[in-house]
Amino acid sequence: MSAQEIEASSSRPPQRRRLNGPPLAGRARSLARYNASPAQALALLFVALFLLAFLVVPLLRVIQVAFTGPEGTPSLVHFGDFFRTPLLREAFWNSLYVAAMTVALASLIAVPLAAILARFRFRGAALIHTLGVVPLVMPPFVGAVAMQLIYGRNGTVNLLLLEWFGFRIPFMEGLNGVIFVEALHYFPFILLNLSAALANIDSAMEESAQNLGAHGFSLFARIVFPLALPGYVAGAALVFVKVFDDLATPLLLNVTNMLAPQAYLKITSVGVTDPMGYVISVIMIACSLGAMLLSVLVLKGRDFATQQRGGGGLARRELGRAGTAAAALFVVLALALSLSPHIGIFLLSIATVWSFALLPDAYTLAHYLTIYREAGPLIANTVLYCGLAGVIDIVLGATLAYVVLRTRLPGRRLIEQTAMAAVAIPGLVLGIGLLRTYYDVPLPFTGEPLATFWFMLVIAYAVRRLPYALSAATAALQQLHVSLEEAAENLGAGKLRVLARIVVPLMTGGLLAGFVTSFATAAVELSATLLLVARAPDAPLSYGIYVYMQSAAGRGPGAALGVIAVVVVAIATYVAFKIAERERGLKSRELF
Amino acid sequence: MPSGVAIEHVSFGYGETAVLDDIGLDIEKGEFFAFLGPSGSGKTTLLRLIAGFGTPAAGRILIGGRDVTALPPWSRNVGMVFQSYALWPHMTVAKNVAFGLERRGLRRAEIARRVAAALELVDLSAYADRRPAQLSGGQQQRVALARTIVIEPEVLLLDEPLSNLDAKLRVEMRAELRSLQRKLGLTAIYVTHDQEEANAIADRIAVLDQGRIQQIGTPTELYDRPANRFVATFLGTANLIEGQVVGGRFVADGISLEGIDAPDGPACISIRPQSITLGPFTSGIAATLVEREFLGAVTRYRLRAGRQPIVVDTLHRRGEKAYALGSTVGLIVDARDVAVLR
Repeated sequence: MSAQEIEASSSRPPQRRRLNGPPLAGRARSLARYNASPAQALALLFVALFLLAFLVVPLLRVIQVAFTGPEGTPSLVHFGDFFRTPLLREAFWNSLYVAAMTVALASLIAVPLAAILARFRFRGAALIHTLGVVPLVMPPFVGAVAMQLIYGRNGTVNLLLLEWFGFRIPFMEGLNGVIFVEALHYFPFILLNLSAALANIDSAMEESAQNLGAHGFSLFARIVFPLALPGYVAGAALVFVKVFDDLATPLLLNVTNMLAPQAYLKITSVGVTDPMGYVISVIMIACSLGAMLLSVLVLKGRDFATQQRGGGGLARRELGRAGTAAAALFVVLALALSLSPHIGIFLLSIATVWSFALLPDAYTLAHYLTIYREAGPLIANTVLYCGLAGVIDIVLGATLAYVVLRTRLPGRRLIEQTAMAAVAIPGLVLGIGLLRTYYDVPLPFTGEPLATFWFMLVIAYAVRRLPYALSAATAALQQLHVSLEEAAENLGAGKLRVLARIVVPLMTGGLLAGFVTSFATAAVELSATLLLVARAPDAPLSYGIYVYMQSAAGRGPGAALGVIAVVVVAIATYVAFKIAERERGLKSRELF
Repeated sequence: MPSGVAIEHVSFGYGETAVLDDIGLDIEKGEFFAFLGPSGSGKTTLLRLIAGFGTPAAGRILIGGRDVTALPPWSRNVGMVFQSYALWPHMTVAKNVAFGLERRGLRRAEIARRVAAALELVDLSAYADRRPAQLSGGQQQRVALARTIVIEPEVLLLDEPLSNLDAKLRVEMRAELRSLQRKLGLTAIYVTHDQEEANAIADRIAVLDQGRIQQIGTPTELYDRPANRFVATFLGTANLIEGQVVGGRFVADGISLEGIDAPDGPACISIRPQSITLGPFTSGIAATLVEREFLGAVTRYRLRAGRQPIVVDTLHRRGEKAYALGSTVGLIVDARDVAVLR
């Protein structure tokens, strides 16, 4: 290093002052330029390799297969085939239709709820906030069968309608069923995002409109909702993408003329070599990205800096008697709807027979007994897989967060963005990519394909949940001011010692929350699971629920498993929330 | 049509805490009126009650003789300019200004005409198609003003409208605001915590503290004849001296003043720092010079007459010799400059 360079670097921020210290070995000295130790560089390399092997390569493989013709040359022939096949064309439109209609239906529930919560003061508002999140703890496919029994052609609601009014409503017929189930599951995404946006509106924005003569619905439509539009659009785009990519719900409702089920059927029935599954995967990614892009474009050029000083959200008003009654009716109806899958699955789990009836004929605990006898391995597998995936996630997430925030290693941002991009990749597509990439790679000793080895499920879970763990770790580390580390270094502790004694202990809460979230969401993941489970003994809980639900006799035990899954996820979510809350409290007391 | 505002025995509170206590005042049609007080004095609350944001616990509010106490904000024809301007970021400047007219069901051409006129009035015609975020603070302020006056409100309410501007712009804008109000003949109520601003802009001021009106009057009345200690000290600096009035003479420790028009008994007087003249210690009240601050236009002396601290401002002239610290001087006060407080 020339004298000039040393001089230049000595004028940089104090973190780099180690250049003036004792001479370092050549390699380490060039790393010091990036404010990194060899161990940190190695760690980053490891994370990069993991993402390359299990996210980037599988994804590129999917794209490559989709664009390769029968002669092995780049070609669009498979896309031509796709749009020439009536079934696939129909599947494409159906998927778009279902995703769009789900957004519409979810909005019908979420927008009034958010408006009521933001505008009016009434008892039970906190309850709605809590219950509004409840649908999220149960994956839609778990509730799908129970929804058939409540809203299906011969379900509770239609039997009542038929008896009282002489007609039925086809809630669950074909695509309607998918839309209905998905909307009830995903409306909280819109509710949460919209509520947050409404809470950020400066109350003067509304008051100035009232002052100029606006009130009631026109005030909401012209001023309040447009100001909260970014929140709404973010929620709506998320719902669209989630629904567009969902495999399990249509499969459980026996709806196969949609994109995700078609891709799954092609791969599982025709085989991993059939190119159509890959073409569908590429189209799904394109549509997801398209929806995201559209949401950005909708908001582009608008300025939504509504949070001015003061801020604090809209003024809540007391409702009149009629208003209270109307709002209460809507809230109760929405809650009843959103809780019906939970109630249904619970009833199903304790029902002897439930068919063509308002309620089950009789009640029994036999299904739980069956589960107790049969489902041990399923639960053990889930704990094993999701636990391992959670550990991988927090290790990778914390490492990556640390390297990104505390070093200047080249490429660290790219690797971070790659890890975050996993959130946009449908589980189905990742499953297909992993299957294709590692099908021809044999395991040592057994010779079994690596793709169907149980550990591949762990990896798939880990890749898909890494974004959550990474965000949690980044947030935890950002709250940890660098001066805390510098103080320890100043007292003579080396980098590793600082990491072990200061950084990791202070990040524990954030990492734990990340682990629990990762674990809980992986426990109910089904898209990648369906593709990667090769043998029954390797199957996790979510797969078990799916298999049980396939047969009429298995519904009871399937529902019982579902109840167990919901309870586990609910407890885990609550624990993660509590840990995060306590951490925030501790940090703010200690540091500010 | 501009109207007068009458506030009769208005009280307001949040829960147990009283924010406004038995407020009564009359604002004339076409008058520029200011509510002046420290934060928490209730001045903004009172303004919001006039706009309809909140209902008084007791009392009535009349605009143009009409009782509006029970009317919601959107049914009162009062225009309010918010402290944060509250321009809607999703609408252009023209849309912002047109909003109130659209609510009033005017025809499209009429709206366009009035919006153009309002923007012309605040000198922003060229910015009609911009978004609020593309404007400077002063321009946003003028849009907020245009949006409010375009509906031809009976009363214009201004809630610390200049507090987000820098000092120089603030002085410019308040002159602009004043001339606009005169030109349109508006009744305006202006809330501020800045006494200089209130003095400069208002015909009359109501000084509020702790939810009560302390005094109502023109700026000079308030300054020269403050009714109580709060008003005396809130509007500028004042020497407050406790003592006794005995037969037209005010007596305190080390101080004696002739010609005080007040009944006999304990009293508190207020004297402005610039109303006291420093002279040789042979005449007036003897005082010791404790400290001296040079403030540019004036030199401020801190003195002690007996145990009583006194502040005196003398106009600074180039080359004039300052009094030395520790020296004894004489304070000369004209009895007409002495205000006897309640």
